[in-house]
Amino acid sequence: MLEIANLEVVYNEVILVLRGLSLEVPDGKIVALLGSNGAGKTTTARAITGLLDVHEGKATKGSVTWKGEEISERIPAHIVQAGIAQVMEGRRIFAELTVDENLSCGAFTNRSNMSANYDRVMELFPRLKERNKQVAGYLSGGEQQMLAIGRALMAEPELLILDEPSLGLAPMLIEQIRNIIVDINKQGVSVLLIEQNAMMALSIADFGYVMESGKVVMDGPAQKLLNDEDVQEFYLGLHAEGERKSFRDVKHYKRRKRWLS
Amino acid sequence: MMTALQLAQTGAGATFLQTLVKALALGSVYVLIALGFVIVFKATQVLNFAAGAIAMAGAMFMSILISDGGIPLLPFDNPLAPAEGEAASIPMWGVHVLIALVFAALFGLVLERVAIRPMVGQPLFAMAVVTLGIEVAVRPFNLDATALESRNLGVPWKAETWELAGAIVPKSYVAAVVLAAIGSTAVLLFFRSRLGVAMRAVAFDQEAAMAQGINVGRVFAIAWGLGAALAALGAITYGMAPFPPGGNVSQEIHPILAFRVLPVIVLGGLDSIAGAIVGGVMIASAEIFAGQYLSQYNDTLGSGYSTIVPYLVMLVVLVVRPFGIFGTPEIRRV
Repeated sequence: MLEIANLEVVYNEVILVLRGLSLEVPDGKIVALLGSNGAGKTTTARAITGLLDVHEGKATKGSVTWKGEEISERIPAHIVQAGIAQVMEGRRIFAELTVDENLSCGAFTNRSNMSANYDRVMELFPRLKERNKQVAGYLSGGEQQMLAIGRALMAEPELLILDEPSLGLAPMLIEQIRNIIVDINKQGVSVLLIEQNAMMALSIADFGYVMESGKVVMDGPAQKLLNDEDVQEFYLGLHAEGERKSFRDVKHYKRRKRWLS
Repeated sequence: MMTALQLAQTGAGATFLQTLVKALALGSVYVLIALGFVIVFKATQVLNFAAGAIAMAGAMFMSILISDGGIPLLPFDNPLAPAEGEAASIPMWGVHVLIALVFAALFGLVLERVAIRPMVGQPLFAMAVVTLGIEVAVRPFNLDATALESRNLGVPWKAETWELAGAIVPKSYVAAVVLAAIGSTAVLLFFRSRLGVAMRAVAFDQEAAMAQGINVGRVFAIAWGLGAALAALGAITYGMAPFPPGGNVSQEIHPILAFRVLPVIVLGGLDSIAGAIVGGVMIASAEIFAGQYLSQYNDTLGSGYSTIVPYLVMLVVLVVRPFGIFGTPEIRRV
Protein backbone atom coordinates (compact mmCIF):
# COMPACT_ATOMS: atom_id res chain seq x y z
CA MET A 1 0.00 0.00 0.00
CA LEU A 2 1.17 3.47 -0.86
CA GLU A 3 0.51 6.20 1.65
CA ILE A 4 1.19 9.87 1.28
CA ALA A 5 0.69 11.98 4.39
CA ASN A 6 0.76 15.77 4.59
CA LEU A 7 3.22 16.05 1.75
CA GLU A 8 4.61 19.46 0.97
CA VAL A 9 6.71 20.01 -2.14
CA VAL A 10 8.60 23.16 -2.97
CA TYR A 11 10.17 23.91 -6.35
CA ASN A 12 13.27 26.06 -6.57
CA GLU A 13 12.98 26.62 -2.84
CA VAL A 14 10.19 29.15 -3.30
CA ILE A 15 7.25 27.75 -5.20
CA LEU A 16 4.99 25.75 -2.92
CA VAL A 17 3.19 23.27 -5.12
CA LEU A 18 1.85 20.61 -2.78
CA ARG A 19 0.48 21.88 0.49
CA GLY A 20 -0.20 19.00 2.75
CA LEU A 21 -1.40 16.38 0.30
CA SER A 22 -2.58 13.09 1.72
CA LEU A 23 -3.78 10.07 -0.17
CA GLU A 24 -3.46 6.35 -0.21
CA VAL A 25 -3.50 3.61 -2.80
CA PRO A 26 -4.55 0.26 -1.31
CA ASP A 27 -3.19 -2.95 -2.83
CA GLY A 28 -5.02 -4.18 -5.90
CA LYS A 29 -7.20 -1.10 -6.31
CA ILE A 30 -7.47 1.60 -8.93
CA VAL A 31 -7.34 5.05 -7.41
CA ALA A 32 -8.08 8.12 -9.49
CA LEU A 33 -6.43 11.45 -8.82
CA LEU A 34 -8.33 14.25 -10.51
CA GLY A 35 -7.67 17.91 -10.82
CA SER A 36 -7.30 20.73 -13.28
CA ASN A 37 -4.10 22.08 -14.75
CA GLY A 38 -1.56 23.13 -12.17
CA ALA A 39 -3.27 21.39 -9.29
CA GLY A 40 -0.11 19.43 -8.56
CA LYS A 41 -1.01 16.02 -9.96
CA THR A 42 2.22 15.47 -11.84
CA THR A 43 4.21 16.78 -8.91
CA THR A 44 2.54 14.13 -6.78
CA ALA A 45 3.69 11.48 -9.24
CA ARG A 46 7.21 12.86 -9.20
CA ALA A 47 7.26 12.90 -5.43
CA ILE A 48 6.38 9.21 -5.37
CA THR A 49 8.91 8.12 -8.00
CA GLY A 50 11.80 10.28 -6.83
CA LEU A 51 11.94 12.54 -9.85
CA LEU A 52 11.58 15.81 -7.96
CA ASP A 53 15.34 16.35 -8.00
CA VAL A 54 15.42 16.72 -11.77
CA HIS A 55 13.03 19.65 -11.49
CA GLU A 56 14.76 21.29 -8.55
CA GLY A 57 11.90 20.20 -6.34
CA LYS A 58 12.07 19.05 -2.76
CA ALA A 59 9.68 17.38 -0.35
CA THR A 60 9.93 19.66 2.66
CA LYS A 61 7.29 18.09 4.89
CA GLY A 62 5.27 14.94 5.16
CA SER A 63 6.03 11.43 4.09
CA VAL A 64 5.65 8.97 1.25
CA THR A 65 5.56 5.40 2.48
CA TRP A 66 5.44 2.28 0.37
CA LYS A 67 4.79 -1.00 2.16
CA GLY A 68 5.52 0.78 5.41
CA GLU A 69 8.88 2.15 4.31
CA GLU A 70 9.68 5.79 3.74
CA ILE A 71 10.72 6.26 0.11
CA SER A 72 10.80 10.02 -0.40
CA GLU A 73 14.59 10.17 -0.04
CA ARG A 74 15.34 7.27 -2.36
CA ILE A 75 16.71 7.57 -5.88
CA PRO A 76 14.37 6.66 -8.76
CA ALA A 77 16.19 3.41 -9.57
CA HIS A 78 15.60 2.06 -6.06
CA ILE A 79 11.95 3.06 -6.14
CA VAL A 80 11.44 1.19 -9.40
CA GLN A 81 13.18 -1.79 -7.84
CA ALA A 82 10.83 -1.58 -4.89
CA GLY A 83 7.92 -2.10 -7.28
CA ILE A 84 6.60 1.30 -8.35
CA ALA A 85 6.64 2.09 -12.06
CA GLN A 86 5.44 5.22 -13.74
CA VAL A 87 4.04 6.09 -17.15
CA MET A 88 5.05 9.69 -17.50
CA GLU A 89 2.89 12.48 -18.80
CA GLY A 90 3.33 12.95 -22.53
CA ARG A 91 4.45 9.31 -22.95
CA ARG A 92 8.17 10.15 -23.07
CA ILE A 93 9.11 7.09 -25.07
CA PHE A 94 12.67 6.88 -26.40
CA ALA A 95 11.87 7.96 -29.95
CA GLU A 96 15.24 7.03 -31.42
CA LEU A 97 15.16 3.48 -30.07
CA THR A 98 13.13 0.61 -31.47
CA VAL A 99 10.06 -0.73 -29.71
CA ASP A 100 12.00 -3.71 -28.39
CA GLU A 101 14.81 -1.52 -27.12
CA ASN A 102 12.30 0.72 -25.35
CA LEU A 103 10.86 -2.31 -23.61
CA SER A 104 14.32 -3.53 -22.70
CA CYS A 105 14.97 -0.18 -21.00
CA GLY A 106 11.82 -0.70 -18.98
CA ALA A 107 13.21 -4.02 -17.82
CA PHE A 108 16.47 -2.47 -16.68
CA THR A 109 15.86 -3.22 -13.02
CA ASN A 110 14.19 -6.53 -13.60
CA ARG A 111 16.22 -8.70 -15.89
CA SER A 112 15.40 -12.12 -14.54
CA ASN A 113 11.77 -12.27 -15.68
CA MET A 114 12.33 -10.29 -18.84
CA SER A 115 11.04 -12.79 -21.38
CA ALA A 116 7.92 -13.59 -19.35
CA ASN A 117 7.20 -9.89 -18.91
CA TYR A 118 7.85 -9.29 -22.58
CA ASP A 119 5.30 -11.94 -23.52
CA ARG A 120 2.81 -10.43 -21.10
CA VAL A 121 3.23 -6.98 -22.64
CA MET A 122 2.90 -8.36 -26.15
CA GLU A 123 -0.27 -10.15 -25.15
CA LEU A 124 -1.73 -6.90 -23.80
CA PHE A 125 -0.61 -4.92 -26.84
CA PRO A 126 -0.64 -7.05 -30.01
CA ARG A 127 -0.01 -3.87 -32.01
CA LEU A 128 3.45 -3.57 -30.51
CA LYS A 129 4.27 -7.10 -31.57
CA GLU A 130 3.69 -6.21 -35.21
CA ARG A 131 6.01 -3.26 -34.91
CA ASN A 132 8.62 -4.51 -32.49
CA LYS A 133 11.58 -3.67 -34.74
CA GLN A 134 10.33 -0.22 -35.70
CA VAL A 135 11.77 3.02 -34.44
CA ALA A 136 9.42 4.12 -31.68
CA GLY A 137 9.28 7.74 -32.82
CA TYR A 138 7.27 6.73 -35.87
CA LEU A 139 4.48 4.99 -33.97
CA SER A 140 1.08 6.65 -33.78
CA GLY A 141 0.08 8.48 -30.63
CA GLY A 142 -2.01 5.61 -29.33
CA GLU A 143 0.72 3.08 -30.04
CA GLN A 144 3.23 5.29 -28.27
CA GLN A 145 0.98 5.37 -25.22
CA MET A 146 0.73 1.58 -25.35
CA LEU A 147 4.50 1.39 -25.59
CA ALA A 148 4.89 3.70 -22.62
CA ILE A 149 2.55 1.53 -20.54
CA GLY A 150 4.23 -1.64 -21.77
CA ARG A 151 7.64 -0.24 -20.91
CA ALA A 152 6.51 0.48 -17.37
CA LEU A 153 5.07 -3.01 -17.06
CA MET A 154 8.42 -4.55 -18.00
CA ALA A 155 9.61 -3.63 -14.49
CA GLU A 156 6.86 -5.93 -13.17
CA PRO A 157 5.51 -3.27 -10.82
CA GLU A 158 3.11 -3.76 -7.95
CA LEU A 159 1.96 -0.17 -8.30
CA LEU A 160 1.58 1.52 -11.67
CA ILE A 161 1.29 5.29 -11.78
CA LEU A 162 -0.32 6.54 -14.97
CA ASP A 163 0.00 10.25 -15.61
CA GLU A 164 -2.66 11.40 -18.07
CA PRO A 165 -2.73 8.33 -20.30
CA SER A 166 -5.68 9.75 -22.23
CA LEU A 167 -3.88 12.95 -23.17
CA GLY A 168 -4.21 13.72 -26.87
CA LEU A 169 -5.91 10.46 -27.81
CA ALA A 170 -9.11 9.92 -29.79
CA PRO A 171 -12.17 8.76 -27.80
CA MET A 172 -11.95 5.24 -29.20
CA LEU A 173 -8.32 4.95 -28.17
CA ILE A 174 -9.14 6.29 -24.71
CA GLU A 175 -11.68 3.50 -24.43
CA GLN A 176 -9.02 0.99 -25.41
CA ILE A 177 -6.48 2.35 -22.93
CA ARG A 178 -9.14 2.28 -20.24
CA ASN A 179 -9.86 -1.38 -20.85
CA ILE A 180 -6.16 -2.13 -20.75
CA ILE A 181 -5.83 -0.41 -17.39
CA VAL A 182 -8.63 -2.60 -16.09
CA ASP A 183 -6.86 -5.69 -17.45
CA ILE A 184 -3.59 -4.70 -15.84
CA ASN A 185 -5.38 -4.14 -12.54
CA LYS A 186 -6.98 -7.56 -12.78
CA GLN A 187 -3.50 -9.06 -12.95
CA GLY A 188 -2.99 -7.73 -9.44
CA VAL A 189 -1.29 -4.40 -10.09
CA SER A 190 -2.54 -1.43 -8.09
CA VAL A 191 -3.04 1.66 -10.20
CA LEU A 192 -2.80 5.33 -9.40
CA LEU A 193 -4.55 6.98 -12.32
CA ILE A 194 -3.85 10.67 -12.68
CA GLU A 195 -6.34 12.23 -15.05
CA GLN A 196 -8.12 15.31 -16.23
CA ASN A 197 -10.61 13.12 -17.99
CA ALA A 198 -12.73 12.50 -14.89
CA MET A 199 -15.38 10.44 -16.61
CA MET A 200 -12.86 7.94 -17.91
CA ALA A 201 -10.94 7.77 -14.64
CA LEU A 202 -13.93 7.47 -12.31
CA SER A 203 -15.62 4.88 -14.49
CA ILE A 204 -12.93 2.35 -13.66
CA ALA A 205 -11.58 3.58 -10.33
CA ASP A 206 -12.49 2.22 -6.92
CA PHE A 207 -11.71 5.41 -5.15
CA GLY A 208 -11.10 8.98 -6.21
CA TYR A 209 -9.37 12.09 -4.97
CA VAL A 210 -9.97 15.58 -6.30
CA MET A 211 -7.06 17.99 -6.04
CA GLU A 212 -7.05 21.71 -6.18
CA SER A 213 -3.98 23.93 -5.81
CA GLY A 214 -1.87 21.35 -4.06
CA LYS A 215 -4.44 19.86 -1.73
CA VAL A 216 -7.03 17.16 -1.76
CA VAL A 217 -10.35 18.93 -1.58
CA MET A 218 -12.65 15.99 -1.94
CA ASP A 219 -12.37 12.25 -1.79
CA GLY A 220 -14.64 9.26 -1.79
CA PRO A 221 -15.61 6.10 -3.61
CA ALA A 222 -15.62 6.66 -7.35
CA GLN A 223 -19.38 6.16 -7.65
CA LYS A 224 -20.04 8.81 -5.04
CA LEU A 225 -17.78 11.29 -6.80
CA LEU A 226 -19.47 10.59 -10.12
CA ASN A 227 -22.79 11.53 -8.59
CA ASP A 228 -21.42 14.57 -6.81
CA GLU A 229 -22.88 17.82 -8.05
CA ASP A 230 -19.65 19.75 -7.95
CA VAL A 231 -17.63 17.09 -9.72
CA GLN A 232 -20.31 16.90 -12.38
CA GLU A 233 -20.21 20.62 -12.72
CA PHE A 234 -16.43 21.02 -12.92
CA TYR A 235 -15.15 17.88 -14.53
CA LEU A 236 -18.01 16.34 -16.40
CA GLY A 237 -19.55 19.54 -17.72
CA LEU A 238 -23.04 18.42 -16.74
CA HIS A 239 -25.63 20.85 -15.58
CA ALA A 240 -29.32 21.50 -15.95
CA GLU A 241 -30.25 22.21 -19.53
CA GLY A 242 -30.87 25.76 -20.60
CA GLU A 243 -29.50 27.17 -17.43
CA ARG A 244 -26.50 29.46 -17.73
CA LYS A 245 -23.95 29.10 -15.05
CA SER A 246 -21.63 31.75 -13.84
CA PHE A 247 -18.42 30.94 -12.05
CA ARG A 248 -19.55 33.33 -9.34
CA ASP A 249 -22.24 30.88 -8.35
CA VAL A 250 -19.90 28.01 -8.09
CA LYS A 251 -18.90 27.30 -4.57
CA HIS A 252 -15.31 26.65 -3.68
CA TYR A 253 -14.34 23.45 -2.08
CA LYS A 254 -13.23 23.56 1.47
CA ARG A 255 -11.91 20.43 2.94
CA ARG A 256 -13.11 20.10 6.48
CA LYS A 257 -11.25 17.03 7.42
CA ARG A 258 -7.86 17.89 8.88
CA TRP A 259 -4.93 15.76 9.72
CA LEU A 260 -3.00 15.74 12.96
CA SER A 261 -5.61 17.63 14.93
CA MET B 1 60.57 -2.19 -73.02
CA MET B 2 57.90 -4.43 -71.66
CA THR B 3 59.67 -5.04 -68.40
CA ALA B 4 60.34 -1.37 -67.90
CA LEU B 5 56.67 -0.63 -68.25
CA GLN B 6 55.78 -3.40 -65.81
CA LEU B 7 58.31 -2.08 -63.37
CA ALA B 8 56.86 1.38 -63.61
CA GLN B 9 53.43 -0.09 -62.99
CA THR B 10 54.51 -2.06 -59.93
CA GLY B 11 56.23 1.08 -58.73
CA ALA B 12 52.99 3.01 -58.94
CA GLY B 13 51.10 0.07 -57.48
CA ALA B 14 53.50 -0.22 -54.59
CA THR B 15 53.25 3.47 -53.87
CA PHE B 16 49.50 3.21 -53.89
CA LEU B 17 49.52 0.17 -51.60
CA GLN B 18 51.92 1.84 -49.22
CA THR B 19 49.78 4.98 -49.13
CA LEU B 20 46.65 2.93 -48.60
CA VAL B 21 48.13 1.03 -45.67
CA LYS B 22 49.33 4.25 -44.11
CA ALA B 23 45.89 5.79 -44.56
CA LEU B 24 44.23 2.77 -42.96
CA ALA B 25 46.65 2.85 -40.04
CA LEU B 26 46.17 6.54 -39.37
CA GLY B 27 42.45 5.98 -39.86
CA SER B 28 42.58 3.32 -37.15
CA VAL B 29 44.00 5.84 -34.70
CA TYR B 30 41.28 8.30 -35.61
CA VAL B 31 38.62 5.61 -35.31
CA LEU B 32 39.69 4.66 -31.78
CA ILE B 33 39.75 8.22 -30.48
CA ALA B 34 36.54 9.09 -32.32
CA LEU B 35 34.82 6.10 -30.70
CA GLY B 36 35.81 7.53 -27.33
CA PHE B 37 34.15 10.79 -28.33
CA VAL B 38 31.07 9.02 -29.62
CA ILE B 39 30.53 6.93 -26.48
CA VAL B 40 30.63 9.99 -24.28
CA PHE B 41 28.42 11.91 -26.66
CA LYS B 42 25.89 9.12 -26.98
CA ALA B 43 25.44 8.89 -23.25
CA THR B 44 25.70 12.50 -22.20
CA GLN B 45 25.10 14.54 -25.38
CA VAL B 46 28.31 16.35 -24.56
CA LEU B 47 31.25 16.80 -26.88
CA ASN B 48 34.20 15.71 -24.77
CA PHE B 49 36.88 18.26 -25.49
CA ALA B 50 39.10 16.62 -22.89
CA ALA B 51 39.51 13.48 -25.00
CA GLY B 52 42.92 14.55 -26.28
CA ALA B 53 44.35 15.20 -22.84
CA ILE B 54 42.87 11.98 -21.44
CA ALA B 55 44.23 10.02 -24.40
CA MET B 56 47.71 11.38 -23.91
CA ALA B 57 47.53 10.67 -20.21
CA GLY B 58 46.60 7.08 -21.09
CA ALA B 59 49.62 6.75 -23.36
CA MET B 60 51.79 8.09 -20.54
CA PHE B 61 50.39 5.49 -18.16
CA MET B 62 51.50 2.90 -20.72
CA SER B 63 54.96 4.38 -20.90
CA ILE B 64 55.25 4.51 -17.09
CA LEU B 65 54.18 0.88 -16.86
CA ILE B 66 56.45 -0.54 -19.49
CA SER B 67 59.53 1.60 -19.78
CA ASP B 68 59.77 3.10 -16.27
CA GLY B 69 58.60 -0.14 -14.65
CA GLY B 70 56.33 1.75 -12.29
CA ILE B 71 52.64 2.02 -11.56
CA PRO B 72 50.95 5.24 -12.72
CA LEU B 73 50.06 7.67 -9.91
CA LEU B 74 51.18 5.18 -7.25
CA PRO B 75 54.61 4.68 -5.63
CA PHE B 76 54.96 1.01 -6.53
CA ASP B 77 57.04 -0.97 -8.99
CA ASN B 78 55.40 -2.83 -11.80
CA PRO B 79 56.23 -6.51 -11.20
CA LEU B 80 55.41 -7.43 -14.80
CA ALA B 81 57.68 -4.87 -16.44
CA PRO B 82 60.42 -6.23 -18.70
CA ALA B 83 63.99 -6.02 -17.41
CA GLU B 84 65.97 -2.86 -18.07
CA GLY B 85 67.01 -2.63 -21.69
CA GLU B 86 64.89 -5.59 -22.77
CA ALA B 87 61.79 -5.40 -24.92
CA ALA B 88 58.53 -7.00 -23.78
CA SER B 89 57.17 -9.98 -25.67
CA ILE B 90 54.10 -9.26 -27.75
CA PRO B 91 51.58 -10.92 -25.35
CA MET B 92 53.21 -9.19 -22.40
CA TRP B 93 53.00 -5.87 -24.21
CA GLY B 94 49.31 -6.55 -24.82
CA VAL B 95 48.80 -7.17 -21.12
CA HIS B 96 50.46 -3.85 -20.37
CA VAL B 97 48.21 -2.11 -22.86
CA LEU B 98 45.21 -3.57 -21.04
CA ILE B 99 46.52 -2.41 -17.67
CA ALA B 100 47.16 1.05 -19.08
CA LEU B 101 43.60 1.12 -20.42
CA VAL B 102 42.27 0.19 -17.00
CA PHE B 103 44.17 3.10 -15.49
CA ALA B 104 42.87 5.40 -18.22
CA ALA B 105 39.32 4.20 -17.49
CA LEU B 106 39.80 4.86 -13.77
CA PHE B 107 41.13 8.28 -14.65
CA GLY B 108 38.02 8.90 -16.72
CA LEU B 109 35.82 7.75 -13.82
CA VAL B 110 37.52 10.14 -11.43
CA LEU B 111 37.18 13.05 -13.84
CA GLU B 112 33.52 12.23 -14.34
CA ARG B 113 32.87 12.01 -10.61
CA VAL B 114 34.68 15.25 -9.82
CA ALA B 115 33.78 17.47 -12.74
CA ILE B 116 30.85 16.07 -14.70
CA ARG B 117 28.49 14.50 -12.15
CA PRO B 118 27.74 17.81 -10.43
CA MET B 119 26.69 19.13 -13.83
CA VAL B 120 23.98 16.53 -14.45
CA GLY B 121 20.79 18.30 -15.48
CA GLN B 122 22.65 21.52 -16.28
CA PRO B 123 22.69 22.95 -19.81
CA LEU B 124 24.78 20.91 -22.23
CA PHE B 125 26.83 23.89 -23.22
CA ALA B 126 27.95 24.34 -19.62
CA MET B 127 28.98 20.70 -19.51
CA ALA B 128 30.94 21.03 -22.75
CA VAL B 129 32.80 23.97 -21.30
CA VAL B 130 33.61 21.91 -18.22
CA THR B 131 35.24 19.31 -20.48
CA LEU B 132 37.25 22.10 -22.03
CA GLY B 133 38.33 23.00 -18.50
CA ILE B 134 39.42 19.40 -17.87
CA GLU B 135 41.48 19.54 -21.03
CA VAL B 136 43.21 22.71 -19.90
CA ALA B 137 43.80 21.25 -16.43
CA VAL B 138 45.23 17.92 -17.59
CA ARG B 139 47.33 19.22 -20.46
CA PRO B 140 50.12 20.85 -18.40
CA PHE B 141 50.81 17.57 -16.59
CA ASN B 142 51.09 15.76 -19.91
CA LEU B 143 53.30 18.40 -21.44
CA ASP B 144 55.47 18.73 -18.33
CA ALA B 145 56.03 15.01 -18.19
CA THR B 146 57.20 14.94 -21.78
CA ALA B 147 58.93 18.32 -21.84
CA LEU B 148 62.55 17.18 -21.55
CA GLU B 149 62.42 13.89 -23.35
CA SER B 150 59.74 11.89 -25.03
CA ARG B 151 58.68 8.72 -23.27
CA ASN B 152 59.14 5.32 -24.81
CA LEU B 153 56.19 2.98 -25.28
CA GLY B 154 58.29 -0.17 -25.52
CA VAL B 155 56.63 -1.40 -28.69
CA PRO B 156 58.00 -4.93 -29.23
CA TRP B 157 58.14 -4.70 -33.02
CA LYS B 158 59.76 -1.26 -32.91
CA ALA B 159 59.95 0.05 -36.48
CA GLU B 160 60.16 -3.34 -38.22
CA THR B 161 58.48 -3.72 -41.58
CA TRP B 162 57.14 -6.33 -43.93
CA GLU B 163 57.50 -6.17 -47.65
CA LEU B 164 54.41 -6.76 -49.68
CA ALA B 165 54.44 -6.60 -53.49
CA GLY B 166 57.19 -4.04 -53.45
CA ALA B 167 55.47 -1.91 -50.80
CA ILE B 168 56.97 -1.43 -47.37
CA VAL B 169 54.40 -2.15 -44.68
CA PRO B 170 55.42 -1.32 -41.12
CA LYS B 171 54.21 -3.88 -38.60
CA SER B 172 52.78 -1.09 -36.47
CA TYR B 173 50.39 -0.12 -39.23
CA VAL B 174 48.96 -3.60 -39.29
CA ALA B 175 48.81 -3.66 -35.51
CA ALA B 176 46.94 -0.35 -35.56
CA VAL B 177 44.31 -1.77 -37.88
CA VAL B 178 43.95 -4.88 -35.72
CA LEU B 179 43.59 -2.84 -32.53
CA ALA B 180 41.01 -0.57 -34.15
CA ALA B 181 39.07 -3.60 -35.36
CA ILE B 182 39.04 -5.07 -31.86
CA GLY B 183 38.03 -1.73 -30.36
CA SER B 184 35.20 -1.13 -32.83
CA THR B 185 33.82 -4.64 -32.42
CA ALA B 186 33.83 -4.27 -28.66
CA VAL B 187 31.98 -0.96 -28.90
CA LEU B 188 29.42 -2.34 -31.35
CA LEU B 189 28.74 -5.30 -29.08
CA PHE B 190 28.51 -3.01 -26.09
CA PHE B 191 25.76 -0.92 -27.64
CA ARG B 192 23.70 -4.04 -28.28
CA SER B 193 23.91 -4.95 -24.59
CA ARG B 194 21.42 -3.81 -22.02
CA LEU B 195 23.80 -1.19 -20.69
CA GLY B 196 24.39 0.14 -24.18
CA VAL B 197 20.68 0.46 -24.88
CA ALA B 198 20.23 2.14 -21.51
CA MET B 199 23.01 4.54 -22.44
CA ARG B 200 21.18 5.56 -25.60
CA ALA B 201 17.98 5.97 -23.61
CA VAL B 202 19.74 8.24 -21.14
CA ALA B 203 21.08 10.32 -24.01
CA PHE B 204 17.62 10.72 -25.47
CA ASP B 205 15.68 11.59 -22.32
CA GLN B 206 17.39 11.58 -18.97
CA GLU B 207 14.29 11.98 -16.88
CA ALA B 208 12.36 9.25 -18.68
CA ALA B 209 15.38 6.98 -18.35
CA MET B 210 15.47 7.63 -14.61
CA ALA B 211 11.78 6.78 -14.43
CA GLN B 212 12.61 3.36 -15.90
CA GLY B 213 15.00 2.74 -13.04
CA ILE B 214 18.17 3.43 -15.00
CA ASN B 215 20.83 4.92 -12.77
CA VAL B 216 21.88 7.88 -14.87
CA GLY B 217 24.95 8.68 -12.81
CA ARG B 218 26.29 5.19 -13.26
CA VAL B 219 25.67 5.29 -17.01
CA PHE B 220 27.60 8.57 -17.22
CA ALA B 221 30.47 7.06 -15.27
CA ILE B 222 30.63 4.00 -17.51
CA ALA B 223 30.56 6.16 -20.62
CA TRP B 224 33.44 8.26 -19.36
CA GLY B 225 35.42 5.22 -18.31
CA LEU B 226 34.99 3.54 -21.68
CA GLY B 227 35.58 6.77 -23.56
CA ALA B 228 38.83 7.39 -21.70
CA ALA B 229 40.02 3.82 -22.30
CA LEU B 230 39.31 4.05 -26.04
CA ALA B 231 41.01 7.42 -26.32
CA ALA B 232 44.05 6.01 -24.50
CA LEU B 233 44.15 3.04 -26.87
CA GLY B 234 44.09 5.52 -29.75
CA ALA B 235 46.99 7.44 -28.27
CA ILE B 236 49.02 4.28 -27.62
CA THR B 237 48.37 3.21 -31.20
CA TYR B 238 49.52 6.56 -32.44
CA GLY B 239 52.64 6.27 -30.32
CA MET B 240 53.75 3.11 -32.13
CA ALA B 241 56.90 3.37 -34.18
CA PRO B 242 56.45 4.64 -37.73
CA PHE B 243 53.85 7.23 -36.87
CA PRO B 244 55.49 10.66 -36.78
CA PRO B 245 56.77 10.81 -33.16
CA GLY B 246 58.20 7.30 -33.53
CA GLY B 247 57.46 4.88 -30.68
CA ASN B 248 57.20 7.58 -28.07
CA VAL B 249 54.77 9.80 -26.30
CA SER B 250 55.98 13.28 -27.01
CA GLN B 251 54.58 16.76 -26.97
CA GLU B 252 53.63 16.55 -30.60
CA ILE B 253 51.04 13.93 -29.89
CA HIS B 254 48.74 16.20 -27.94
CA PRO B 255 47.37 18.61 -30.56
CA ILE B 256 46.87 15.71 -32.96
CA LEU B 257 44.75 13.80 -30.51
CA ALA B 258 42.87 16.81 -29.29
CA PHE B 259 41.74 18.37 -32.52
CA ARG B 260 42.43 16.19 -35.53
CA VAL B 261 39.62 13.86 -34.55
CA LEU B 262 37.04 16.64 -34.60
CA PRO B 263 36.61 16.44 -38.42
CA VAL B 264 36.21 12.67 -38.07
CA ILE B 265 33.26 12.85 -35.74
CA VAL B 266 31.69 15.74 -37.59
CA LEU B 267 31.93 13.78 -40.82
CA GLY B 268 30.65 10.55 -39.35
CA GLY B 269 27.98 12.03 -37.13
CA LEU B 270 28.52 12.67 -33.45
CA ASP B 271 26.41 9.80 -32.22
CA SER B 272 27.19 7.10 -34.74
CA ILE B 273 29.58 4.18 -34.24
CA ALA B 274 29.55 3.41 -37.96
CA GLY B 275 30.13 7.09 -38.59
CA ALA B 276 33.21 7.13 -36.38
CA ILE B 277 34.64 4.12 -38.20
CA VAL B 278 33.90 5.27 -41.74
CA GLY B 279 34.68 8.89 -40.91
CA GLY B 280 38.02 7.96 -39.40
CA VAL B 281 39.11 5.99 -42.43
CA MET B 282 37.83 8.63 -44.85
CA ILE B 283 39.48 11.58 -43.17
CA ALA B 284 42.77 9.72 -42.79
CA SER B 285 42.61 8.68 -46.45
CA ALA B 286 41.96 12.23 -47.58
CA GLU B 287 44.86 13.44 -45.50
CA ILE B 288 47.38 10.75 -46.49
CA PHE B 289 46.45 10.54 -50.14
CA ALA B 290 46.52 14.32 -50.51
CA GLY B 291 49.93 14.27 -48.84
CA GLN B 292 51.20 11.59 -51.22
CA TYR B 293 49.72 12.56 -54.55
CA LEU B 294 49.65 16.34 -54.36
CA SER B 295 53.22 16.61 -53.13
CA GLN B 296 54.39 17.90 -56.50
CA TYR B 297 52.39 21.08 -55.83
CA ASN B 298 54.16 21.57 -52.53
CA ASP B 299 55.43 24.96 -53.61
CA THR B 300 51.98 26.33 -54.30
CA LEU B 301 50.16 24.62 -51.46
CA GLY B 302 52.84 25.12 -48.86
CA SER B 303 54.36 22.37 -46.75
CA GLY B 304 52.07 20.58 -44.32
CA TYR B 305 49.02 21.29 -46.45
CA SER B 306 47.82 17.72 -45.92
CA THR B 307 46.98 18.42 -42.27
CA ILE B 308 44.49 21.04 -43.43
CA VAL B 309 42.60 18.61 -45.65
CA PRO B 310 40.54 17.10 -42.77
CA TYR B 311 39.29 20.53 -41.77
CA LEU B 312 38.33 21.35 -45.35
CA VAL B 313 36.31 18.13 -45.45
CA MET B 314 34.71 19.07 -42.13
CA LEU B 315 33.74 22.48 -43.50
CA VAL B 316 32.00 20.96 -46.50
CA VAL B 317 30.20 18.38 -44.36
CA LEU B 318 28.95 21.02 -41.94
CA VAL B 319 27.44 22.95 -44.82
CA VAL B 320 25.91 19.99 -46.63
CA ARG B 321 24.96 17.53 -43.87
CA PRO B 322 25.27 19.11 -40.42
CA PHE B 323 24.40 15.86 -38.64
CA GLY B 324 27.10 13.91 -40.49
CA ILE B 325 26.91 10.97 -42.84
CA PHE B 326 25.54 8.52 -40.31
CA GLY B 327 24.33 10.86 -37.59
CA THR B 328 20.77 10.64 -36.37
CA PRO B 329 18.61 13.32 -37.90
CA GLU B 330 16.04 14.40 -35.40
CA ILE B 331 13.13 11.98 -35.46
CA ARG B 332 9.83 13.74 -35.68
CA ARG B 333 6.42 12.47 -36.61
CA VAL B 334 4.68 14.71 -39.11
